[in-house]
Amino acid sequence: MSFLDFSHITKTYPGVKALSDVSFGVDKGAVHGLMGENGAGKSTLIKILSGDQHADQGEIRIDGRVQAYTSTRDAFDNGVIVIHQELQLVPELTVAENLSLGRFPANVGIIAGRRMLGDVGAKLKSAGIDIDMRRKVKTLSIGERQMVEIAKAVMLDARVIALDEPTSSLSSRESEILFALINRLRGEGKVIIYVSHRLDEVFRLCDSLTVLRDGKLAAHHASLKGVTRDQVVAEMVGREISDIWGFRARKTGDVRLKVDALSGSKLQTPASFEARAGEIVGFFGLIGAGRSELMRLVYGADPRSGGTITVDGKLVRATDPRGTIRAGIVLCSEDRKHDGIIQGRSVEENINISSRRHHTRFGVLNRASEIATAETFIKKLKVRTPSRKQDIINLSGGNQQKVILGRWLSEQGVRVLIVDEPTRGIDVGAKSEIYELLYQLAQDGMAIVVVSSELPEVMGICDRILVMCGGRVSAELTRDQFAERAILAAALPDQKTPDAIAS
Amino acid sequence: MTDQLKKILLGEQGLVVIFVVAFALVSALVPNFLTDRNMLGLLQSVVTVGIVACTMMFCLAARDFDLSVGSIVAFAGMVAVMASNYTGSILLGLLAAIACGAFVGFINGVVIAKFRINALITTLATMQIVRGFALIASDGRAVGINSPDFYQLALSKLLGIPTPVWVLAILFCIFGFVLNRTVFGKNTLAIGGNPEASRLAGVNVDRTRIWIFALQGVVCGIAGILLASRITSGQPNAAVGLELSVISACVLGGVSLAGGRATMSGVIVGVLIMGIAENAMNLLNIPAFYQYIVRGVILLLAVLLDNLRSSALGRR
Repeated sequence: MSFLDFSHITKTYPGVKALSDVSFGVDKGAVHGLMGENGAGKSTLIKILSGDQHADQGEIRIDGRVQAYTSTRDAFDNGVIVIHQELQLVPELTVAENLSLGRFPANVGIIAGRRMLGDVGAKLKSAGIDIDMRRKVKTLSIGERQMVEIAKAVMLDARVIALDEPTSSLSSRESEILFALINRLRGEGKVIIYVSHRLDEVFRLCDSLTVLRDGKLAAHHASLKGVTRDQVVAEMVGREISDIWGFRARKTGDVRLKVDALSGSKLQTPASFEARAGEIVGFFGLIGAGRSELMRLVYGADPRSGGTITVDGKLVRATDPRGTIRAGIVLCSEDRKHDGIIQGRSVEENINISSRRHHTRFGVLNRASEIATAETFIKKLKVRTPSRKQDIINLSGGNQQKVILGRWLSEQGVRVLIVDEPTRGIDVGAKSEIYELLYQLAQDGMAIVVVSSELPEVMGICDRILVMCGGRVSAELTRDQFAERAILAAALPDQKTPDAIAS
Repeated sequence: MTDQLKKILLGEQGLVVIFVVAFALVSALVPNFLTDRNMLGLLQSVVTVGIVACTMMFCLAARDFDLSVGSIVAFAGMVAVMASNYTGSILLGLLAAIACGAFVGFINGVVIAKFRINALITTLATMQIVRGFALIASDGRAVGINSPDFYQLALSKLLGIPTPVWVLAILFCIFGFVLNRTVFGKNTLAIGGNPEASRLAGVNVDRTRIWIFALQGVVCGIAGILLASRITSGQPNAAVGLELSVISACVLGGVSLAGGRATMSGVIVGVLIMGIAENAMNLLNIPAFYQYIVRGVILLLAVLLDNLRSSALGRR
């Protein structure tokens, strides 16, 4: 029997069998990968592990003892800690305060600040996490916050740590720090469940692997020796996907988008670039390199302080998204939840929010065309939703992304499509569909700008890559010049060598 | 059995079901409730709250708040009476009242949308400023109406139903249409759902918010005119506390204070539930002091129900 044992876990939601008869075990001191497409049951399994949900049948055993906890607090006390994609930190408190929350060292209710800093500092140091404990969490980058979240698990001496898509918003450098930390925890004999969509990471990090598909155990590999990536992908999707990028060469036309010396408050160094009709231009860089900031300036999401934007030779005078949309530039933001979806409103309304202006008269909606538009794009983009009336919040990440794409594709006359981290948190099947769509749109003459922190992705789908570092464009490579080391070298600040992360 | 009950109460039409049950119960238990006279009286009593609730619904749906409505209603009533007394033309008086309401609303909107001051604080300030203007204009006294035609606004009837009730019904229809069938309505709900995403999707958030407050002002102007006509004078102290009744009615009608969720039918039901409760208590001769408690309890129950409903929805 393994240290952590899932046995015959079954869970049914109204209308859906989320998990059926899933059994597998994980040994002590092992990193166990958990893979599967969105909706395969990973999240449900993690929720059951964390005590947030109860299995209808089956049980979880740790060290031979059946875990009968009824709440996340119970799971906590039993040494099971789940780190979710959405981090659970208090932004207004400092790192040290967050890590001591609920267990403040105190004398008659007054927090013993020095003791707290000492305790937390020692733990952070032993875990190899380098963060200023006195900083407020709200001033930290997403990557740094993730570190704090993991530090929390370390502080609590967890026996089982489950990480749900931990690197989805980390730069490659931050991911390296995370991997080092995971390796250290493995060495200490912890059980680590690693949920990820990224095959590279799973193969690098994990000792064993479970693949779920449609709520069932699709495969369990006690060792990853001799297992190939293609095999795992096939297990996940239930069919072979030979090349997830499926790159297709296209003819490029004239310059569609010309950005000249654009600058703003968050992008001090003026930046320039071009994108041609039919071209897919990639922007690679570490988090904070200024890629998203540049794109927000192009789109008019943030005010620009200098520079010009030209679309098809025409100067774009607009300074807000309303105007740039009319000039033919659209943006799918990096932070889908905050900047993309309208929570509480239907898929239909989320698609029509901008393009409805083409078929309204005196501000009165044209119901028939709204319904038709929604149905068209739900079908065209293969959005998996029970109906167009479904609240968008209930859709998976990939399907939300497709709805946002539908919002922009329903706008007639889009010339420049900017997508920021288009496949973050999206499963393999949906990824291929999105790439396919981008090729199709480029083929039809759109200029497409892809911002991504995943090097294989930009290398896989782009015709040309611009690398940003410290707020400026540090390199430009055409497809025949693509080389991992050269791109990484350009992305890293001067003092670091590429070997630090390429190795 | 309890599961089924839960499903009905927490479903889309839960509120309507509760309303129908409450109406049937009150009709059966309270003598003189279900009479033509009492029904018309009930409708007349909810005119002010109902009219203002139309636009308060938009305000709340866009995650905003307006506390100044009571003051605007009183001020607009004063302006209507004084301007028509002064010019001798009722029409001019009415236009002046609506213009004043619109102006205050517009100022609210500009301060909130453009200067990014919290709506609660902004309207708390204008609520007091406008009440001050109403008191100054009349030196704190009620101003009587000169022309008897002005009374006719509230007293006249069409097909046996008083004009103010018609006005209320028409506004319900107009704003129901605006909310569901116009870009303005959909943008309002989108802003309430996620303001930043709406802006990035090309919605003119600032302009929409200013319009919402300006419309709120216009509607308060209309309510002020009808109120002045009914009480046959401009009262600077009229409609004190109206904002809370209106917001209660909206929340009762399922409008989410977190924004993004509102229906006209819900608000109508909310307004009527408040009206029925008050009417029934009056018929039963329950002293006014106790009525406060009942109203508070109804509101609390409504919010609790709403909470249950949204967590039921969230789990789906």
